[in-house]
Amino acid sequence: MKLQISSRLAIFALLELAGDPQRQVSVSEIGEKFGVSAHHLAKVMHTLGRAGLVRSIRGVGGGYSFAGNARRTTLLDVIELFEETSSVDCDMAEAGDLSSAEWALSQVLCEIDDIARATLGAITLSTMLKQIARRSEAKPARATASA
Amino acid sequence: MSQQITIRRARKSDLDHVAGLDERVTGIAKPDYWRDIYTRYAARRTKERFFLVAEAAGGEGECPVLGFIVGEVRAWEFGSRPCGWVFAFSVEPETRLQGIGERLFEAMSAEFRNAGIETMRTMVARHNRLHMAFFRSEGMVAGPYLQLEKTLNE
Repeated sequence: MKLQISSRLAIFALLELAGDPQRQVSVSEIGEKFGVSAHHLAKVMHTLGRAGLVRSIRGVGGGYSFAGNARRTTLLDVIELFEETSSVDCDMAEAGDLSSAEWALSQVLCEIDDIARATLGAITLSTMLKQIARRSEAKPARATASA
Repeated sequence: MSQQITIRRARKSDLDHVAGLDERVTGIAKPDYWRDIYTRYAARRTKERFFLVAEAAGGEGECPVLGFIVGEVRAWEFGSRPCGWVFAFSVEPETRLQGIGERLFEAMSAEFRNAGIETMRTMVARHNRLHMAFFRSEGMVAGPYLQLEKTLNE
């Protein structure tokens, strides 16, 4: 499954900010970290701001801070701000305008989409942060084991 | 407000509380099912079957059981090496978000670990976001098996 760049950037930015909700980070700092233009990121941050997930702080030392609930915001909540996730195939299958072969294929694709949506809808930002922390803890252990 | 809890093995006197909690959460009363589960999972083969409850400190309140989890070690089903299966889990709705579910999950993980088990599994309804999100937050990910089904009256 592929996500649009805006969705990926939004998730990366939210993880960066939600990891330390007190911290204010500028668009250029986030952009540098993930290797994207501040211009593209600014549009993404604007959308996240309108959704109440980030707060913009103006002035010297300003930037963005996390304003959402990391335990309640899922990856699907974020992705749906930027792209359509419901399948066109599923809508067509329900409308009954398909040949038998098209219908059978659409059933398979709908099943895959449904599993993907259920997975994205069950993983919160908080869970992602835990996963990142677990990986960071495991890394030194692996390095020691291989030394 | 969070409260002090103890995680322990289920006792026969917990059965009505467990069945009551399950009925409040699922809307379905099944006392016979819980009596059977108790007999099979709390009274027999207790080195590989675990029926744990979360009890409010003191344990003398109107409903001292604030949550439960039931699991067992299963081996070689569908070619799987021995693993820990969790098949029942619930927390009193009014006491959620206080870490009770996490304590139950950790206690069950410890029981499985002590039994020499390295992998823990469960099955969750795909659209049950509450349960899916909980198990995900505890580090569970999609496993190597897919549950399949077929409607038999087509």
